[in-house]
Amino acid sequence: MTLDRTTTIDGLLPTDLRRDFPYLDQELNGHPLAYLDSGATAQRPIAVLDAERAYLEHANAAVHRGASTLVGTSTTAFEEARETVARFVGAGSREIVWASNATDAINMVALGMADASAGIGGPETEIFRLGAGDEIVVTEAEHHADLIPWQRLAAKTGATLRFIPVNDHGTWSIDDAASVIGPRTRLVAFGHVSNVTGFLAPAAEVVELAHRHDALVMLDACQSVPHRPVDFAELGVDFAAFSAHKMLGPTGIGVLYGREHLLDALPPARTGGSTITTVTMESASFLPAPQRFEAGTQPVSQAIALAEAVRYLDGLGMQRVHAHEEALAGLLVDETSRVAGVRLVGPPPGSPRAALVSVDVPGVHAHDVGQFLDSQGIAVRVGHHCAQPLHRRLGLRATTRASAYVYTTADEVRRFAAALAEVRGFFGVGA
Amino acid sequence: MSDLSGLYQELILDHSRRRLGDGELAEPHATHHELNPTCGDEITMGIRLDASGTVLDEIGWTGDGCSISMASASALTELAAGAELERVRELIDGFRTMMRSQGAGEADEELLGDAIAFHGVSKYVMRVKCAMLAWVALEACVAAASADDSRS
Repeated sequence: MTLDRTTTIDGLLPTDLRRDFPYLDQELNGHPLAYLDSGATAQRPIAVLDAERAYLEHANAAVHRGASTLVGTSTTAFEEARETVARFVGAGSREIVWASNATDAINMVALGMADASAGIGGPETEIFRLGAGDEIVVTEAEHHADLIPWQRLAAKTGATLRFIPVNDHGTWSIDDAASVIGPRTRLVAFGHVSNVTGFLAPAAEVVELAHRHDALVMLDACQSVPHRPVDFAELGVDFAAFSAHKMLGPTGIGVLYGREHLLDALPPARTGGSTITTVTMESASFLPAPQRFEAGTQPVSQAIALAEAVRYLDGLGMQRVHAHEEALAGLLVDETSRVAGVRLVGPPPGSPRAALVSVDVPGVHAHDVGQFLDSQGIAVRVGHHCAQPLHRRLGLRATTRASAYVYTTADEVRRFAAALAEVRGFFGVGA
Repeated sequence: MSDLSGLYQELILDHSRRRLGDGELAEPHATHHELNPTCGDEITMGIRLDASGTVLDEIGWTGDGCSISMASASALTELAAGAELERVRELIDGFRTMMRSQGAGEADEELLGDAIAFHGVSKYVMRVKCAMLAWVALEACVAAASADDSRS
């Protein structure tokens, strides 16, 4: 994509990029749509939709199966997509495994470790074997997708699941992490950016701490990779997961990142065709990563579309995307913290956060808040955002979340805050 | 705002504040906990029958949820407390039919009285579960109490 556009939303990104997103140009309940739910799923630019269609119209064939010219074309496109995504996150292409979504990617690691703990695989799986006395560490702020797989792994292996505590803002520090991570720790899993609070975890410090104890690190990067430059090699994480549909790409595909030697050793949780070297009636041996994990037919056109989404983001420049979102994050906090009777969860004003805010309106349930905003054309997320333990820790059951992305404008943020200010009056709560 | 007032009718907002039946029932004949996993709204419903076992004598519930779910529990209490079990089953069926209507047709005012205010909620597919929460809990209570022969 070429960027010769000069007009900008906030001096950072081109305003006319909104033309690339037909979805945004619609009304919701008689108002221009203000789509503030990109943290749940982002909208896709025409280039991404076109790329998927073009692949299907001209290049679709069975990938990695057979030897025809057509298969050569489709396989090349598929593997080039992997290289594009790998470069975007500072990875080698052998370190990128396609998953059906980020949840699936996290499960691949948890299930592979369970298999290793059950004795599957050779001595190379030693690093993944857990048992009684070993500890898995997560934070109290995790998304259920980065919690339940580890609960299950602990239950299967006899390992203990421990929690990095969060404070009343729902955030935590490297000192909090250090109070839990220790010699028994074998794996630390945490969200890079919280989908509820927008808190940015001290990832590099946690990696340093965990590695000092020879523990593995898994990063849930769903809310970071779409929004800021992320380099997994630089961060030093062992595994990471992110999802295509939160970064302008399609549903049905997510990414597992793993350091090459670890992926080559991790037992594949799902087995089947295209993952193997030799199969007998009794046993199978597996290909190196990434193929060892990609059993069965893969989401091929989705991979092509994800690569196009990456090219689109690269065209904007992730530094500029991040700067744009920092500006919006500041505005979101300024505007919402000014609304009387609304509690803003997450880092206090002045602290860094991603461009999302979750709010509680005391006396009005989040569903009702969301319904009111919906009637004003403002689309937000309501509920516990798949983070029940964090909400419970904050003394809340549900919150209302506004989340921004490349196409979000300052005007939309102001509309959100203005509508929020009317909620208590509508429901007859407070003075 | 005219659109939204179809959902949040005055009667619903009133009920969400009055919360008839709010409070744990002592020595219930049946209780049931119902949870809406998408939002975490929950209700624990308890009922007592009269000596004959054919009349729903008392309803008590505790819950936490949106205005629609809490108002619905309140409206349910107003309608069902003191009613014969047969009538309660009709009310549950009638309310469910109304909530499945997606806003079509006329609600059965003869049966449901003021609770036809919830007819407007049935147009909002994502909120139907909110309105049904208490009714599903009541249905489970009635089934449990009816099946319980040990009651004397």
